[in-house]
Amino acid sequence: MRRGFAPWADAGARALLRLQGVSKRYGDIVAVDALDLDIFEGEFFALLGPSGCGKTTLLRLLAGFETPAQGSILLAGEDIAAVPPYRRPVNMMFQTYALFPHLSVAGNIAFGLRQERLGRAAIEARVAEMLALVQLEGLGARKPHQLSGGQRQRVALARALAKRPRVLLLDEPLAALDKKLRAQTQFELVNLQARLGTTFVIVTHDQEEAMTMAHRIGVMDRGRLMQVAEPSELYEQPNSRWVAGFIGEVNLIEGRVAALEPGIAVVAALGGHFRVGATAGVGPGDSVCIAVRPEKVRVANAPAAAPTDNCLAGSVVDIGYLGGMSSYQVRVADGFLVRAAIANATRRTTPPIGWDTQVCLTFAPQDAVLLTR
Amino acid sequence: MMARWRGGQGNWWAAFVRLAPTLWLAAFFLLPFLIIVKISLSQTAIAQPPYTPTFDLAAGLAGLRAFLAALSLESYRILGSDFLYLASYLKSLQVAAVSSVILLIIGYPIAYGMARLHPRWQPIALVLVILPFWTSFLIRIYAWINILQREGLFNTALAALGLVDTPVAWLSSDTAVYIGIVYSYLPFMVLPLYATLEKTDATLLEAAADLGCPRWRAFWLVTVPLSAPGVAAGVLLCFIPIFGEFVIPDLLGDSRSVMIGQTLWTEFFANKDWPAASAVAVVLVGILLLPIVLHQRAQARADKD
Repeated sequence: MRRGFAPWADAGARALLRLQGVSKRYGDIVAVDALDLDIFEGEFFALLGPSGCGKTTLLRLLAGFETPAQGSILLAGEDIAAVPPYRRPVNMMFQTYALFPHLSVAGNIAFGLRQERLGRAAIEARVAEMLALVQLEGLGARKPHQLSGGQRQRVALARALAKRPRVLLLDEPLAALDKKLRAQTQFELVNLQARLGTTFVIVTHDQEEAMTMAHRIGVMDRGRLMQVAEPSELYEQPNSRWVAGFIGEVNLIEGRVAALEPGIAVVAALGGHFRVGATAGVGPGDSVCIAVRPEKVRVANAPAAAPTDNCLAGSVVDIGYLGGMSSYQVRVADGFLVRAAIANATRRTTPPIGWDTQVCLTFAPQDAVLLTR
Repeated sequence: MMARWRGGQGNWWAAFVRLAPTLWLAAFFLLPFLIIVKISLSQTAIAQPPYTPTFDLAAGLAGLRAFLAALSLESYRILGSDFLYLASYLKSLQVAAVSSVILLIIGYPIAYGMARLHPRWQPIALVLVILPFWTSFLIRIYAWINILQREGLFNTALAALGLVDTPVAWLSSDTAVYIGIVYSYLPFMVLPLYATLEKTDATLLEAAADLGCPRWRAFWLVTVPLSAPGVAAGVLLCFIPIFGEFVIPDLLGDSRSVMIGQTLWTEFFANKDWPAASAVAVVLVGILLLPIVLHQRAQARADKD
């Protein structure tokens, strides 16, 4: 990932792709709902969400396969909402790759170039360049069905990049690969994107994939963007219960603000009081939610060391051994289950803290997030 | 259970299933064909059956030798010497080729339209294509005689529209033959085309559009090449039976210019020349094997790629 690349933080930067109030309906179903989004030149942007959230529809709107019912899609300042797909400087890599079975690898890559009426020599040079880019030199004469899944994926990528699109759209590009190849291809895609500087918009349902690859992630649910942020911000500073729950694992503890101290909100929940870093606009009496990630919860036999830390007493009901770490389930007041993750930093085969042990779960105020939505 | 099934009678059953198509072809194609080949090598005779020699098992080895000696290629020589036969073959070739092209031109848009219908309507369209088969083929051809005759529906309609002053003689012409053949064989062209077009992946057309192809060009660059197997199947399925077609040219066509099926019929039933008729049939089979072999070759090449 390129360090210091954050045009979205620059108020003066102009977006390459700007969606304003874009809506798309299928009958009664709202697939995309009055959506606003800016994507910047050279950005690797991921659309992440559960299936049916509208992320694929959004990608198809960008490609031109669907036209929005409302709103505008601006590419470099020009509204392309009504421009047909064959006139958009945007290309797509399909989930199923959609390679033409009757054409060779070279024929597939040259397909888009032929539509531009480029000269034969220019097309051949560009095809050779693309084959080299995806490391498929020498396979230009093969037919798609003679290639492995990974090779087909590269041909699809080369074909979509051959026309030098302003934006490359990738629909679940790694979904058809096996797990090991997927991890390798993730890094290759990131390197390729950094080298070419092309704007990538990727749709995925795999949050790990989005986290590893993208500069920013837009999390979608029911046709709306719930949060658009860098991966670390999305994880550490979710803006709602839904996003906190969707990205990674989290303990969501419902409560009410009892008092405000400078920078700290005291929340009454589970029969006790918890100190959490305050969010702007939170006042006493507001019902809020404390979100704390399992790895930020410490499990100890003794009460908290620092008096400012929050403490929850309970008993261990389940331990899941995952190799690098162990996942604890602890039953606290009101039968509420809290999850804690402990790194297995030393070699031992029995858990350091066993089943049914009375423990104290602690977390520092700055390690929890106060959510109002 | 499984083991016994595989080891015991299972082997017999599997062998039978594997051999069944071969046995079927041997019994109902190869054997009759060999009989026809034998008759084509015989001479006509005023007897029952109307040719010699006939094979007599009782005569033993000497009888077999006499039998073989009596066979001759005389019928094939006649086939080559009389221009009538060549003319009939050429006529069949012309009718089969022209009809296949017309069928393709009419059938492709129909099949394409069907494949693009909403999935709910496709079975209905399919039934509509097959529906004419529910009426006897002969009745439908007689209906065409009715439609095309001097005072028939077609001439009446043309006159009513003011397109012609005097009725046109449609019957006993090549036009009538083409109308009858195209009408009768259209389902055989539409069905294989539809089966191929219906399987075309719509994403490929989106990919073509994405790469800068307007819809009409995507049709020529993607849809048409991908439907080639359907085109080949449809053309073969029409060309081969049309080549040997008898009923339609006999009922609708001009008796001065006959197709090979009609010549064959005449030899068998009018001239009672079974050997000549058999020779005509053997050569016909030979001619029709050619497109099938070519198609097989092309397919084997496509599979190898």
